[in-house]
Amino acid sequence: MKKSITVRYFAIFREYAGLDEEVVTLEAETASDVFQQLKDRHGLSEPLGHCKAAINDEMADWNSIINDGDIILLFPPVSGG
Amino acid sequence: MVTLYCCFHLFLGDDVIKFTNQPIDPDILRRELFDPTAGAYIGFEGWIRNENEGYSVEKLEYEVYEPLAISEGEKVITEAVERFAILHTHCVHRTGMLEIGECAVWIGVSSEHRDEAFNACRYIIDQVKVRLPIWKKEYYTNGNSDWVNCERCTEHAHTFASLPL
Repeated sequence: MKKSITVRYFAIFREYAGLDEEVVTLEAETASDVFQQLKDRHGLSEPLGHCKAAINDEMADWNSIINDGDIILLFPPVSGG
Repeated sequence: MVTLYCCFHLFLGDDVIKFTNQPIDPDILRRELFDPTAGAYIGFEGWIRNENEGYSVEKLEYEVYEPLAISEGEKVITEAVERFAILHTHCVHRTGMLEIGECAVWIGVSSEHRDEAFNACRYIIDQVKVRLPIWKKEYYTNGNSDWVNCERCTEHAHTFASLPL
């Protein structure tokens, strides 16, 4: 089933995508599905295992289920400190 | 666990981790950790240095997604309180553009004895580096810039977190 979700990009992902945020309609079950599809669209070259996701402002596993209307945050590898 | 968490917030308030675009002054921050029962204070300052992996760095920019950086940072600090017998701790992290020599992150811990403060401080900085949604972009003296991908930090934090206590 296709879902309409809002995706927000940070740091190098924002530069790859050329935008902060977009609404996309995808055939996706999990956060990982979203990443894989947008990876191809925007050339997000970092491996999934080095990145993180949040759903509706909660840190999420890549296996977390995506629902219609969710806001997905895609975080490239972090480098605080 | 519940008791520890409640006591922790009773003592420290809710701003155990905060983000600022203003210079960090450790001399002021450390005073907030004073406790008459504390025999040890450990402070860690992360500074901006002028070189990274062979590249000459001119300045550095931090991007932070604060809503989750704060909630994840509070989890890290709660874990440190649960794992180590410390009295108080605070973490402050910069945002925005920083020059060489500026303090990017400060972590202070007070405890009755030094081992707990050393261990908790190390735990907090290692976890902050790998878990919080913070990114840094280096600007080099040759005019180029690049986002830092800190995989070495991840390996290091996993090593330390797995050590027997």
